[in-house]
Amino acid sequence: MSEAVVHEDHHEHHDHKPTGIGRWLFSTNHKDIGTMYLVFALIMFFIGGAMAMVIRLELFQPGLQYVDPLFFNSMTTMHALVMIFGAVMPAGVGLANWLIPMMIGAPDMALPRLNNMSFWILPFAFALLLGTLFMPGGAPNGGWTMYPPLTIQLGDAFPFLIFAVHFLGISSIMGAINVIATVFNMRAPGMTFMRLPLFVWTWIITAFLLIASMPVLAGAVTMMLTDKFFGTSFFSAAGGGDPVMFQHIFWFFGHPEVYILILPAFGIVSQILPTFSRKPLFGYESMVYATASIAFLSFFVWAHHMFTVGMPLAGELFFMYATMSIAVPTGVKIFNWVATMWRGSLTFETPMLFSLAFVILFSIGGFSGLMLAITPVDFQYHDTYFVVAHFHYVLVTGSVFALYAGVYYWLPKWTGHMYDETLGKWHFWISTISVNVLFFPQHFLGLAGMPRRIPDYAVQFADFNMVSSLGGFVFGVSQLLFVYIVIQCVRGGEKATNQVWEGAHGLEWTLPSPPPFHSFTTPPKVTDATAHS
Amino acid sequence: MFVKKLKDGVVGAVTMFSLLWAGTVSAEWGLNMTPGVTPISREVYDLHMLILYIVTAIGIIVFGVMFWSIIYHRKSKGAVAKQFHHNTFAEIAWTIIPILILVAMAIPATKTLIKMEQTGDAEITVKITGYQWKWKYDYLEDGLSFYSVLAQDSNEARQVGSSIDPAGVDHYLLDVDEPIVLPVGKKVRLLTTAADVIHAWWVPALGWKRDAIPGFINDNWAVIEEPGTYRGQCAELCGKDHGFMPIVLKAVPEAEYVAWVEEKKAEAAARAASGDKEYSMEELMVNGEDLYNKNCASCHMANGQGVPGVFPSLLESQLTITSEGLAEHIDRIINGKGLMPAFGEQLSDADIAAVVTYERNAWGIDTGDIVQPADIKAAR
Ligand SMILES: [Cu+2]
Ligand SMILES: [Cu+2]
Repeated sequence: MSEAVVHEDHHEHHDHKPTGIGRWLFSTNHKDIGTMYLVFALIMFFIGGAMAMVIRLELFQPGLQYVDPLFFNSMTTMHALVMIFGAVMPAGVGLANWLIPMMIGAPDMALPRLNNMSFWILPFAFALLLGTLFMPGGAPNGGWTMYPPLTIQLGDAFPFLIFAVHFLGISSIMGAINVIATVFNMRAPGMTFMRLPLFVWTWIITAFLLIASMPVLAGAVTMMLTDKFFGTSFFSAAGGGDPVMFQHIFWFFGHPEVYILILPAFGIVSQILPTFSRKPLFGYESMVYATASIAFLSFFVWAHHMFTVGMPLAGELFFMYATMSIAVPTGVKIFNWVATMWRGSLTFETPMLFSLAFVILFSIGGFSGLMLAITPVDFQYHDTYFVVAHFHYVLVTGSVFALYAGVYYWLPKWTGHMYDETLGKWHFWISTISVNVLFFPQHFLGLAGMPRRIPDYAVQFADFNMVSSLGGFVFGVSQLLFVYIVIQCVRGGEKATNQVWEGAHGLEWTLPSPPPFHSFTTPPKVTDATAHS
Repeated sequence: MFVKKLKDGVVGAVTMFSLLWAGTVSAEWGLNMTPGVTPISREVYDLHMLILYIVTAIGIIVFGVMFWSIIYHRKSKGAVAKQFHHNTFAEIAWTIIPILILVAMAIPATKTLIKMEQTGDAEITVKITGYQWKWKYDYLEDGLSFYSVLAQDSNEARQVGSSIDPAGVDHYLLDVDEPIVLPVGKKVRLLTTAADVIHAWWVPALGWKRDAIPGFINDNWAVIEEPGTYRGQCAELCGKDHGFMPIVLKAVPEAEYVAWVEEKKAEAAARAASGDKEYSMEELMVNGEDLYNKNCASCHMANGQGVPGVFPSLLESQLTITSEGLAEHIDRIINGKGLMPAFGEQLSDADIAAVVTYERNAWGIDTGDIVQPADIKAAR
C-alpha cells in the first residue's frame, strides 16, 4: 500500500548542498536545521547529565563530601533548566524539523529563515545561562521554578537567568509558529487533517501549547526583573505584592510545559508501535481527541503544583478534580497503545523496545501523578523525593526514552545506514535497568520523608540514596554508548532500504534513505490507501 | 530471545538489589509513608494506601495484557497481524470505567480534605516563622517565643570535609537545640509564616506540610495522640542551608507541658535581666562564639570568610576591623541590610554584645574592643 507514492527521482540532479560552515550557519534546510537541533540537544543532555552526576555523587552517602550547599543548589537548578530547555525541547523540535515536512509531503518548513533564527538563538541563550557558572555568587540556585523572594536574592547571575529564559521563550515560540504554518499550509494534496500521522498531530497541539504558555513565563520573569532592579513589588509582600502570585503565573506556564515535553513523545510512540506490531494504530481519532483534551485540560490544573501554599478549600477541590480528570484521556492513549499491539505480529528492534519501556514506565509515572493529584495526600508527597521520582519517570523514561526510540527508528532514514542492532539492544537494556535502579528507590525515599533539593540527608536515607546513585552512574555512563552507535551509523553500515522497517507506513518511508537534500519538491498525492492506515 | 533477555535483566536486577541488601542488613530501609500520630495523618495514610492499591491493580491488568501480546503475539511465533483498528464497545468501556474509579477516589479524598481545613476551636496556638535558616515558635497564649536551630553536633559534622561520620551523630540533621513542645490530646492550631523567603514546615507524623510565606499566615491544626519526639524538615527550597533547618516536635502529657511553659517563662525573665550586667572579655567571647555559630556562621562561615560574591568576609570588612566601623557594625546586626537579616528582635542586648565582641576579636582580628549590653541598648 506504500507503493502508490512515487518519488520523482530527477530532482536529485539539482540536489546542491551548500558547503563549509556556511551550510550550517545560514541553513534554511529543514533537514540540516533538524540535525543541528538534535546535536545541540545531545550536547545539552550530556551537560545536564554531568550536573546530575555531581548531584548523585554528593548524595552517594550522608555528609557533605564534594560540594558546598550553594553549588549543590546551582546543580539541581541548572540540571533542570538545561535538561528541559536545552535537551528535551530542542530534541523534540529537531524531530519536528526533520519529520514534519517529510510526513506531510512538503519540500521544507513554511518559514525557513525563521527556522534558522529559532535554532541559532539557542546557543546564545545557553551561553548566557551556562556562563553564570563562572560568575561571583554562582549560577542560579533557587530552583528551576525560580520562586521569589529566593530567586531575587541571586547575585550577578540574576539578569542573565532572566534574559536566557526570554531567549529560550522566543526561540520556542518561533519554532511553534513554524510548525503551525507548515502543517496548515503545506500539506500535500489529499493529506487531510485526519490523515496526518499522529506525530504531526501531537506537534501541532504542542505548538499551540507553546504559543499560549511561553509568553506567560516571559511575563512572570520580567515582573521579577523589575522587582529586583526597578523598585516594583509584584511579588514582594513588604511592598504590597504577593509571592504566591508568581507561583500561579509560573505554573500556568509550567503545567502546559509538562505536556510540551511529553506530547511529541506520545506522537513518536504512536508511530513506532504500529510499525513493529504490523498493525494499524488502534483508535486514531480517539488518540487525536485525547491529545487535544489533555492539552486543553492542562490550562486548568496548574495549582496542583502548589497545594501547600494554602488555597481556599474550593480551590483545592477544583484543582484536585481537574487534575484527576486528565487521567481519563491519558488512560485512553495507553489503552489504545496496548490494543494496537493486541493480536499483532510483534518484533523487538531497538525502537520497539524503547517504546514498550515507554508505555510501562510512563504509566508508572502516570500512576504516581494520579497519587499526587489527591490533595490531602499531596500534603505529604509535596516537595519530597516521591515527586522527584514521579517527574523523572515521566520525563526520562517517558520523554527521553521516546526520543531515543524515535532516533533509532528514523536514524536509518536520515543516514541511509542501519545502526548496529546488537549495540542498540545493549543500550536499551543497560539504560532500562539502571534507570529503574536510579529512580524507583526515590519513591521510597520520598515516602519515608526525604525532602527534595537537599545536599545532605539523615542517615536513615543512606541506603536507598546509595542504590539510586549507583543506578545513576551506570545510566549516565551508558548513554555514551548511544553516541557511539549514532556516530558509527552516520559513518557507514548496512544500506537501509526506502521503507527501512517491514511494517513502516507513511510518506517519509517512500523517500530514498537518506532522502535528497530537497525532498518532495513536487508534492506527492495522498489517498486513503497511502495515509496512516 | 526477548523473553530470555528479559529474564536475564530481571535476574540481574534482583541479584544486584539482594547483594546491596545483604551488605547493609543493619540499616533501616524506610519503604513507605508512616501512619503518623494524629487522626488526620491516619486518614491520609489510608487514602495513600487505597490509591496505591488501585493503581497497582490497574497496572497489573494493563501490563498483563501488554505482556500477553509481547509473549504470544510475536512474529517469531508465527503470529499474523489482524488489521482491526476500532472497537466502539472497548473504547467506551475504557473511558467510563476510569471515570467511575476516579469518582470512587475523589469521595474519600474530599472528605479528608474538608476535615483538614477545620482549624477552629483550638486550645493552643503556636505561630511558626521560617527564617533563613531556622524556625521561630511563638506561643500566642503564653507569650513564649524562641528560635530553633540545627543541633551543634550535626552542624559541625555537616560542614564540607568535616570528616566526622554522620552515622556517629545522634539524629544527624534531624536534631535541634530547642524543640517545639506540644501537649498530647489537645487541638493545637499551628500558624505558618516566614520572615524572608518561602519555607515549608513539615513533620510527617502530623500528616501534612504547609508553606511558610512572607506576608501570609497559613493555618493548620493537629491533635497529637501519642507522646513522643517527631522529626521533620523544611520542605521548600529556601537557599543555601535549606537542608539544615530541621524541626523537632516533642509531644508530652498535659502536666509536663504546663511545667515546661513555666520553665520557659522563667528563662525568658532571666534573659531580660541579663541586659543590665557587665561581662568580662572572656565571657563575651565564649557566648559570642556559640551565638555566632548558631546565627551567623551559615552565611559568614565559621571562619568569618563568608562566601565570595554572596556573603561578605568579616575579615576584610571595614565594619569589623576598624574602630570607626563599630557603630555601623552594631547597627548592621540590629537592623540588617539587603540579604543581612535584622537580628534586633531575635537577639537580646547581651547576645548582640557578645556577637559583636566576638566578631571584632576572633580569627586574628583582635581590635580589643569590648562591647557591653548597655552599648547595644543605647544603639537601639
Ligand atoms: Cu502539573
Ligand atoms: Cu527550606
